[in-house]
Parts: sequence; structure tokens; C-alpha cells
Amino acid sequence: MSFSSSLLSLSRLTHEAGRPVKIMEICGTHTMAAFRSGLRSLMPKGLSLLSGPGCPVCVTHDGYVDQSIALAHRPDVTVTTFGDMLRVPGSEKSLEQARAEGANVRVVYSPLDALQMAREQPQRKIVFLGVGFETTAPAIGWTILQAAQEKLPNYFVLCAHKTIPNAMEALLSSGEVKVDGFLCPGHVSAIIGSNVYEFIPRKHGVPCVVAGFEPADMAASMEMILRQLVEKCPRVEIQYQRAVTPEGNPKAQETLKRAFVECDSEWRGLGMIPASGLAIAPKYAAHDAAPLLAGLPLPAAKRHTGCRCGEVLRGAVTPPECPLFRKRCTPSTPIGACMVSSEGTCAAYYKYATLKP
Amino acid sequence: MCLAVHARIVKIDGANATVEVRGLTRSANVAFIDSPAIGDFVLLHAGFAIRKWSAEDVEEFDRIMREVEEAAAECGEEEKS
Repeated sequence: MSFSSSLLSLSRLTHEAGRPVKIMEICGTHTMAAFRSGLRSLMPKGLSLLSGPGCPVCVTHDGYVDQSIALAHRPDVTVTTFGDMLRVPGSEKSLEQARAEGANVRVVYSPLDALQMAREQPQRKIVFLGVGFETTAPAIGWTILQAAQEKLPNYFVLCAHKTIPNAMEALLSSGEVKVDGFLCPGHVSAIIGSNVYEFIPRKHGVPCVVAGFEPADMAASMEMILRQLVEKCPRVEIQYQRAVTPEGNPKAQETLKRAFVECDSEWRGLGMIPASGLAIAPKYAAHDAAPLLAGLPLPAAKRHTGCRCGEVLRGAVTPPECPLFRKRCTPSTPIGACMVSSEGTCAAYYKYATLKP
Repeated sequence: MCLAVHARIVKIDGANATVEVRGLTRSANVAFIDSPAIGDFVLLHAGFAIRKWSAEDVEEFDRIMREVEEAAAECGEEEKS
């Protein structure tokens, strides 16, 4: 099926569905891909894409940023992070602002780079910011296991990993947003497989299609969801067969099981979701950065008046409905995390605002 | 953050590999894939190979990219006319 014929099918199937259809893309990379490629502007009337909570930076709580900054101000600590986290606002400032004030923050491409720094600088504590979903968590888990094996006492992870399936359950159970189908995240699913989503069509009657990231992949995936709706047969399907199997990646899953344990997790905008996070397994507690926070001053949590990031992350409102959007909140003066991240919904709307919402 | 790119393994030493990504080489970890070998295509995320790609997968990816470029070019032509 070619891209052009998928687009034609979207029109026909949306018409056959006989009602407006809202599809939620869970993953921030899908959000940006749909905007950047112009796919949203090519979609037929009656079919819309809602952005979900799948930008890991956006759902990371202010308090975690505050903790990261506090660690980076310790004279014996270097905080290492993916670049996405640098500008995320904490209660008072971002890591980028803290770095400008002298905090030791280094951007790395991979947790392997942080591990190498720990080998090369035994006198310093190297803390990697463990943010991300199941795509990223195995890589960080591997470095924890490796640090333990190499007996590297100065490698730590400040862990805030989150897992996707229970967040989808929380969204559906809340009833706040009516979703007709999910574009499930491609690379998260490369790790966890597609079988984990089976509860969604079974319990909620909502179709799930694991989608690739090219516009043709996304168009084909929406076509598959519409077909399921027209046939009234919700199920889990994989469009992104180049990367995803029903079972996922067993070696990466094994690393997740060894390095982490499941925990409840606080999501920006969604609140506390049971069993939706990963904590470092007790066996590897020596590499948990949380104890390094003992005695460090942390700012009081601050609410950003008017910021509707939380509702944006739940798909309850679109960014233009936020009173701060394009006014006080812009990419150069972001107030909410969704405006900061390159995969944030507000940043995507800001950049591509002339396109169809 | 969940971005991944496809790469080709050019050198292997245990779990450590050197991969080529669009003409550039960099180090990568191949602990999560079965029997990695020189010449294999892999999907790379944050320095880790998370999945092997067959030559057909790479071909499909290239075909999709060509189709999207063609569709974009067609849209451009329509806008001009």
C-alpha cells in the first residue's frame, strides 16, 4: 500500500465510520512527525489526531528537575543527561540555567558516554539522568549492570523511568478523553512487543496499531485503525513490522527485569499512576543517585498559573486553548515542558501553527 | 527521545561494535540483539542496537522515503498549478 493510496483510503474509511474519529498518538516522535511531514494537513475532515503523554521529558515532574539541579550543584558530582532534559523547567529554573550558574551538567549521546566518564574520572560521582520510556530504559539498565560488574562505585542513575501501558490504561479509565484508537509507540514496542496492549481492545474496545515513524507508516496505521472501527473488530495490529514483533526484544526485557523493579510513578499532567515507573532494583542500590540528595536543599514545588500542559498531555485540550500559548509561553521563554521538548505538543503546534490543528 | 536510526555494523568486539550511520562511524552496544555480525543492519537508539534489520527492511524504509518525497513533490506541483 503506497502513501497516496493510504491517504485516499483514510477519506473513504472515515466516511464509512460515519462519525468523527479521534486517534491518539502516544509517542512524541509521532506527534512531531505528523506535524513536520504535513500529514495532519492531508487528513480528511472528521479524522483527527490527538497527542498523548508519550514525550518522556514532558511528563517528567518538576521535582525531578529540582533534584537533578541540586545534585549538579554538589562539588563532587557531574550530572550527565540527554540533551532533551536541559531546558525543562523545574520549580525555579532549568538544568541549562543551573549550568550557566556553575552547576556541573554535561550532555551525552548515550548512557555509555556517562559510564565511560565514570571510568575516566574515578574521583567524581557521575550521575546519569534516567528519564525515558521502555525504549531508553534498557540502555540505562545495561550501564547499571555493567557498573556493578566492573565495580565502578562512582556511577549513579537518578531514576525516573516510566512505562507506557499503564499510562494508557489511566487515560482510558479516567474517561476524560474519548479516544477511538491508539497509534502505539514504535520503538517502545520494539522492546516490549505488541502483546502488552491486548488488554486495551479487550477491556476498552479501542483499536491499537503499532506505528512506524515515517508519514507513510502513520497513514497506513491510521488506515488500519479505521478499518477496525468500520469492521467493529478492535484488536492489536503491528504496522511497524520492520521493528516490532508481538513478543518484543527478550534481551532488552531481561535487562529491564534485572536492573529495575516496577514502582508507582508521578506523571506531569496525569498524576500518580500505579505501577507505571521503574526504580533501581535493590541489588543495584549502590548505583542509585537518590541517596546523594540527602541534606541538599530543594525548592518548594511551584504551580505555573495558567499553564495547561497537564491537559495537553492528556489530550483534553490542544495548545492553542492554553491562555499562555504563544503569549507568555514560547520556545525561547517556555513555561511548560510541552513547549520545551523537541517532541512536545506545544512546541509542535508553535512551530507548525499555520497547519491544520 | 525515542528516536532511532538504522546503521550497519562494521566491526565487533564482544558487546561493543562500530557502526556506520549515513557515512559516519560511531561506537554502539549490541548486547540486545542475537548473533550480531559484521554487515548486519541494526536499529540504533541511544547508542544501543535494539533490533536487527534485514536488507528487505532497509529497502522498505528507502521505498517509503522515496514515496513520501514523490508525494511531497506532487503536492508542490499541485500548489503551483
